This record gives sequence, C-alpha cells and structure tokens, in this order.
Amino acid sequence: MKKFKENLPGHIFLLLALSSISALALITGFIVVRGAPIITDVGLKDFAFGMSWAPSLEEYGIFPMIIGTVAVSLGAALIGVPIGICCSIFLSEFAPPFITAIFRPAIQLLAGIPSVVYGFWGLIFIVPFIRDYLGGPGLSILAASIILAIMILPTVISISEVSLLALPKQYKEGALALGLTHWQTIRIVMLPAAKSGIVAAVILGIGRAIGETMAVIMIVGNAVAMPESILDPVRTLTTNIGIEMGYATGVHQEALFATGIVLFIVIMILNATAQYIVSSGKQARGKERQKS
Amino acid sequence: MEKTQKKIKIKVEKINLFYGTSHALGDINADIYENSITAVIGPSGCGKSTFLRLFNRMNDLIPGVTINGRILLNGENIYAKDTYVVELRKKVGMVFQKPNIFPMSIRDNVIIGPKHHGTKKKQDLDIIVERSLRQAALWDDFKDNLFKPGLSLSPGEQQRLCIARALAVEPEIILFDESCSALDPESTMRIEDLMSELSKKYTIIIVTHNMEQAARVSHMSAFFMIDDDKIGRLVEYRPTGDMFANPKDKRTEDYITGRYG
Repeated sequence: MKKFKENLPGHIFLLLALSSISALALITGFIVVRGAPIITDVGLKDFAFGMSWAPSLEEYGIFPMIIGTVAVSLGAALIGVPIGICCSIFLSEFAPPFITAIFRPAIQLLAGIPSVVYGFWGLIFIVPFIRDYLGGPGLSILAASIILAIMILPTVISISEVSLLALPKQYKEGALALGLTHWQTIRIVMLPAAKSGIVAAVILGIGRAIGETMAVIMIVGNAVAMPESILDPVRTLTTNIGIEMGYATGVHQEALFATGIVLFIVIMILNATAQYIVSSGKQARGKERQKS
Repeated sequence: MEKTQKKIKIKVEKINLFYGTSHALGDINADIYENSITAVIGPSGCGKSTFLRLFNRMNDLIPGVTINGRILLNGENIYAKDTYVVELRKKVGMVFQKPNIFPMSIRDNVIIGPKHHGTKKKQDLDIIVERSLRQAALWDDFKDNLFKPGLSLSPGEQQRLCIARALAVEPEIILFDESCSALDPESTMRIEDLMSELSKKYTIIIVTHNMEQAARVSHMSAFFMIDDDKIGRLVEYRPTGDMFANPKDKRTEDYITGRYG
C-alpha cells in the first residue's frame, strides 16, 4: 500500500500523458476508418488524380485541390522563406541589441495573431489590391500566398535564428581571422554550417502553410478548378474540408475524411523530414565536438 | 636563443583595454621583434588572450569593449580610425585554441582565404594548397586525399590544417592562442617544431599555459598578471632564456617556479 502511494504521482502523470497520445491515436484511427473506404471504392488513382469534384454527381477527384495546396504553399515559401532567412541573419548577426529586443517579441506576436484576423485583413487589403492592380477576381493563389508567407515568418525566422546562434563561435572567429568580411563569413561559413536547421525551418514553415485553413478559406476563392495563373482562385485540401464539412453526409463526408488522410500524410512526411534533418545536423556537429 | 638585436615588427604603446567598465589591460608597452617567437604567459584571467587578440583586432567582436593606445605594425597604427580590419587580418593570421576546421574538404579549408581574397584560377590555388600544406607538414600525408573532409583528420592534424589555412593567406604575423592545449604531447611537439621553422619567415606570438613550451620555443617571453585592482599588467618582458634563468620580478619567479597558479 505504501509503495502504491509512493508511485501514485507517477501513475497519475502517466495516465495524463497517455491521454494526449491516445488523442492522436483516436483521431488518426477515426480519420482512417471513415476515410479509407472511399479511397478503396473510388480507387486511389481516381481519388488523388481525378479532375472533378462534384459530390452531387458522386465524383470525388481531389487533384485540382492538391495543385491548389501545392501552388499556395509554394508561393508562400517563395515569398516568406527569403524574407524569413534574411530576417534571421539580420537578428543573429547585424542587429544591435535594442533592435533585437524589439524585433524578437514582435515576431513572436506575429505568431499569436489569430488566423481569422490574417484572413480578414487579406480580404480587406490584399484582395482588392490584387483585383485593382493585377487583375482577376483578387481572391487568388497570390493573395493566399502573401498572407501565408506572413504567417510562416515566425516559424522560419525563429528556427533559422536559433540554428545560426547555435553555431560554435569558433567558426565565425576562424573565418574573420582569415580576413574574410563579415558577409563573406556569413555566406561561406555560417550559412552552410547552419544548413540543416535552416532547411528544417523552411520545411516546418511549408508544413504550416499547407495546414492553414481559416485565413486561406477567406481569400483563396475556393473554386474547384485547375488554375491557369497565380491570379486565379483555387481550392486547397484544407479549405475543401472547411467549406463542405457543415453539410456533408454519407459518402460525401467520407470523401472529406479521405482528403484529411492525404493532408495528414503530407504533413507527417514533412515534419518527419524536418526532424530527421535537424537530428542528423546535430549528430554531425556532435561528432565535431567530440573530435576537437 | 637571444635575438633582441632583431628588427621591431610591432610596437605596443600604452594600451588600455576595458570590457564595459572593467579594466582588463593596463598601460601595456612592448616591442615585438620580427622573425622571432614571443610567448605570452601568465595565470588564467590575466588578460594574455585579450592581449594576443589585440593584434588582429579580434577583441572588436566583443560588445562594449574599449581600447585606448596604439599598436604600430610596420610603423602604422592598427587602431587608427581608418584601419580596414579585414586587410589587417590578412596580415595577421591566427590559430585558435581548439582546431576550428570548417565542415568542408581539406583543400577547401586551405583555399578559403585566398579564394575569397581574389585568387580564382585553379592553378594558382593548387600552388597555394601545396605550399601551405607543405609548410604545415601535411602535404606528404594528404596530397592524394585533398578532398577528404577536414573534420575526419585527427585533432593534431586539424590544428596543422588550421596553420596551413592561415599560411595560405600569406600573413606576416601568426598568432597562436593556446593552440596546443587540446593536443597530445606528440602533436604538440610537431606544432612546436613547425613554429620554430615558421619563425624564420614569420613573426610569431603565442599564448601558452605551458611553461616548458614557452621555454622550449620562444625567444622572448612576456609575463602578465593582474594587480591588486584586477587590472592585467605586463610584469616582465625579456628574452626567454634570461627571464627563466633569473626572473627580475618576484611575481615572475613565483609563477615560473610553480609557486603560483
């Protein structure tokens, strides 16, 4: 009895810890059970590469949405990643302390803005701007890419900055001592050495862009069609679920769950890749430390 | 080993260095002679590494550092307002305490300086690689393995690769910041031999914890210690043989005979 009492806290914490893991198992299991049948019914090929999504006609092809997701996320990465990496270089290498003291919390705040606010702001400012100056309906791949680029900035900046700051300072000193300029030192020695962390930052940022729903629903147009330019509206995998879940029943609902499976797998692969890259980078650095 | 008749390469004039408000080096004056090895010795925290880093202005990297006084290299003040630090560092190479090879091949490590200082032709770079690796006694072992990762070398070899990397820039002065402290005795011996060899052509300044090392390789020795106000002072600076045989200052004597630190 005494022993049980002594171990009690451990058991309670184990139980609580299990509940979070079991949530993962429950959700995964549920999505698979509900979504898998339709994939087998329609066939994986027709589901993933089908061009037509028309639940009323029982046509469930999500290829345009896969393209939509890829286009929007790629656009977000193209805009957000260079800005994010430059920002992290600025913060870790160039910014005087008082600037860092303002920038860092500000960037954290950027991560705290609710996505519906991003979407609303995009709808009021970005969408009309694109419509008036670039053409098209405004609700478009470009609009979503811009908003998502801003939304992934905190992830890209903070993870790249951490990986730059984690570099052994001997690298920087060694390069400077050879008469390289500060920028040469960053470009030739520091960025390559921090590569694994920066790549992970980019992947996690893209993962965030793929998974984002609310802001995207509001500005991407949601038309189920193959886009011809970045000014065209598209529908993404997430917005497909977000828009139709309210009224979908039966097979239609299963098709949405199946969309969820596809999303789930893509994001899992991205996260696992990022984890792997980070840990292999750490290992390589650990080996160096052992040696030196 | 006395070589005091040599030409003065560097003149340190009344240098005072502050980290924020703490006074780390006080009124340092010294002449460093050309083609000689000057050893900087003293207990931990006496400012000897800070002193060494004055010559390639590495202390500039530390926020809040203030340096007063002059250091004349070939007669020119390297702390003048218009000094271009990047050019200075091409003249004053440095080898650090731990081998800090970059995660790239042996060859890329050696050519990183000259390549980015404007030597682009492969033949020219090949010549630099061979010359620098020969000077660092690495050529014979690695001439067929130049594309091996630098980090796969042993610590002693890595440190010699750091020397080669510094030599590739063709400096006039080489600073060694306790560069043997992480190495085994045999690697240490090889680096000491290298230092002696290199001192024929270069001016060398080393910081070392190891009294025997200072006695073995250096021509001049500078003994640093903090005074009662915790300010790093140059207590005694003389030809190594003299200083070790009969130290003038009581503190020097205590230190080199092992009664201190």
